[in-house]
Amino acid sequence: MAETPVIDVRGLTKRFGGRTVVDHFDLKLDEGRICGFLGPNGSGKTTTLRMICGLLIPEEGEGTVLGLDLRTQRAEIKEQVGYMTQKFGLFGDLSIAENLEFMARVHGLDRRKQRVDEALEKLGLETRASQLAGKLSGGWKQRLALAAAVLHRPKILLLDEPTAGVDPLARREFWDQIHAFAREGMTVLVSTHYMDEAERCHEIAYIAYGVMLARGTVDEVIAGSGLYALTGEGHGADRLAAEIEARSGVAMAAPFGTTIHVCGPDRDALRAAVAPWQDRFHWKDSEPTLEDVFINLMRTARDNSVVVEHA
Amino acid sequence: MWQRIGAMVFKEVRQMARDPGTLAMMFFFPIMQLMIFGYAINSDPRHLPLAVEVSDNSQYSRSIVAALQNTTYFDVTQVPGGYGEGDRLVAEGKVQFLLTIPPNFARDLVRGDKPQLLLTADATDPAATGPAVAAVGEAVTYALGHDLTGPLARLVPGAGPVNLVLHKSYNPEGITSHNTVPGLLAIILSMTMVMLTAMSVTREVEQGTMENLLATPLRPIEVMIGKIVPYIVMGVVQMFVVLLFAAVVFHVPFVGSFTLLSSVTLLFIVVSLALGFTMSTVAKSQVQAMQMSMFYLMPSILLSGFAFPFRGMPWPARWLAEVLPTTHYIVLVRGIMLKGWDLSLALPQIGVLALMLAVLTFVAVRRYQDTIA
Repeated sequence: MAETPVIDVRGLTKRFGGRTVVDHFDLKLDEGRICGFLGPNGSGKTTTLRMICGLLIPEEGEGTVLGLDLRTQRAEIKEQVGYMTQKFGLFGDLSIAENLEFMARVHGLDRRKQRVDEALEKLGLETRASQLAGKLSGGWKQRLALAAAVLHRPKILLLDEPTAGVDPLARREFWDQIHAFAREGMTVLVSTHYMDEAERCHEIAYIAYGVMLARGTVDEVIAGSGLYALTGEGHGADRLAAEIEARSGVAMAAPFGTTIHVCGPDRDALRAAVAPWQDRFHWKDSEPTLEDVFINLMRTARDNSVVVEHA
Repeated sequence: MWQRIGAMVFKEVRQMARDPGTLAMMFFFPIMQLMIFGYAINSDPRHLPLAVEVSDNSQYSRSIVAALQNTTYFDVTQVPGGYGEGDRLVAEGKVQFLLTIPPNFARDLVRGDKPQLLLTADATDPAATGPAVAAVGEAVTYALGHDLTGPLARLVPGAGPVNLVLHKSYNPEGITSHNTVPGLLAIILSMTMVMLTAMSVTREVEQGTMENLLATPLRPIEVMIGKIVPYIVMGVVQMFVVLLFAAVVFHVPFVGSFTLLSSVTLLFIVVSLALGFTMSTVAKSQVQAMQMSMFYLMPSILLSGFAFPFRGMPWPARWLAEVLPTTHYIVLVRGIMLKGWDLSLALPQIGVLALMLAVLTFVAVRRYQDTIA
């Protein structure tokens, strides 16, 4: 792992019509790592992925992907990167086998038939090879898209919200496969909204409004947030969220089933804030979750952007 | 590079073959258009219904009515009885013409009083009445020429001071389909080529497959070529379909060079594809692409000289028409098929089309690169 990072980009900036979508984005990623890419909708995740795979040229910034220059060697980068788009990007009016065959042709692969057959077997779709891709269910579409993206054995795999609308079992299998790829040395960058998926990544990067706000392993990010959390239990605890959240010292309060989850930047202030309900409910310290951290980051980031606009 | 383009072409053809709409567009559409325009449009309509109101039953009246029927422009369908019934028939649209022969027509004629003969036409549609009306004068003169003999021969008008010789070149019988069917080749190609490319490229963008395509080693220009090549083949197939129908069904003469016609057709196909591609870089959805191609097709059909004579249009319309590739291609098809143009005669129009191709390709490639980067 001491060698040069597989992805090494600095200061990537992209603007669309005067709006800065990605603002001085840095990322270093070593071989075989899975990096989760999190952030609210419209935060620039997709744009960043598209710049890394050579689809978009950044306005500012530089970097290398697999040692290839991001600006001048985009064609070479595309040959070694697999990109699974957010929207199903294969052809609905071609069959499963034909879609894979097309990808094999486009990548100029040898032993096309054999590779397609292998991919079909791995997918468990040999019997349905001639079915139109557009007729597949969401989960199968996602599996097919993944198979198409890795058909040419890319060194880097970029996944843009790959598991949106996919059932838990398919998601589990999907992640098992991602980890298998990583074991073989594939570097994976995956954007997601799901916290449990973020926790499956080796490391995560949180970006909001084009700016990277947190970076590291899950534990590092939680520890770095400086948040403390309390869980309140008791009859009707879950109904207090709005009331508690309005008090000073509380960053947010959210009901979880019959309990209430409260967190804030200062432990004593947090205790003081819930003091009025000290007797009615049982309060205990708990770990802030990744979700707490992200929602907190998101709210702070929004505040920042508002301030910037007024300045 | 060639392998990737090949992959694109292969994919496109597969998709086209699977889409009944595209196949219908390729074969059924030209045939339907040919049948509609080739058969239905007739700028020289005959056997128009005529009502005859005769208040003077004489051999002259009978000769005139017979002569009118002999022109084949008129069929006597009604003989109104009472006063004003003839006018009502015209108003109702039951007849196109009403011939009124006044009382004492024969007497006045023989006296040399030059009696009036009234032909009332429902001229709402000038195209429907024009040729028939033009035939009336000669028919009447001819009919009376037979009857006015002996001492009455003095009433027959003498020959004019000039003997006019009319030579109707290229389409001596004035058969409308000989003019419309070659024009249809241009219209069919404009419709299918422009619309299909505009929609096919927009569809990739709209459905998100374009992003996937461009994330592969496929270069943008390779995607573009791969999209266009199958449509060139389709355009050529359509050309053969139209030419086959022109020869077998409509017996349109083909005097010029087939090679020259194929070459200019190929040029026109590519121009249309470049135009369709340019539209696709502007359109945000397939619906919009469809609307834009309609916006191009309407003037192409109406102003190009296909439907109405180009020289009959006011200047602004002609300027607009000059910008449309269809206008120039129609001149070429008619020139080559009916008038036997060779390369030297065709060159000016070919030059215009080539210029259009250069401009459109430049714009299409530029805009295309902007939209995807």
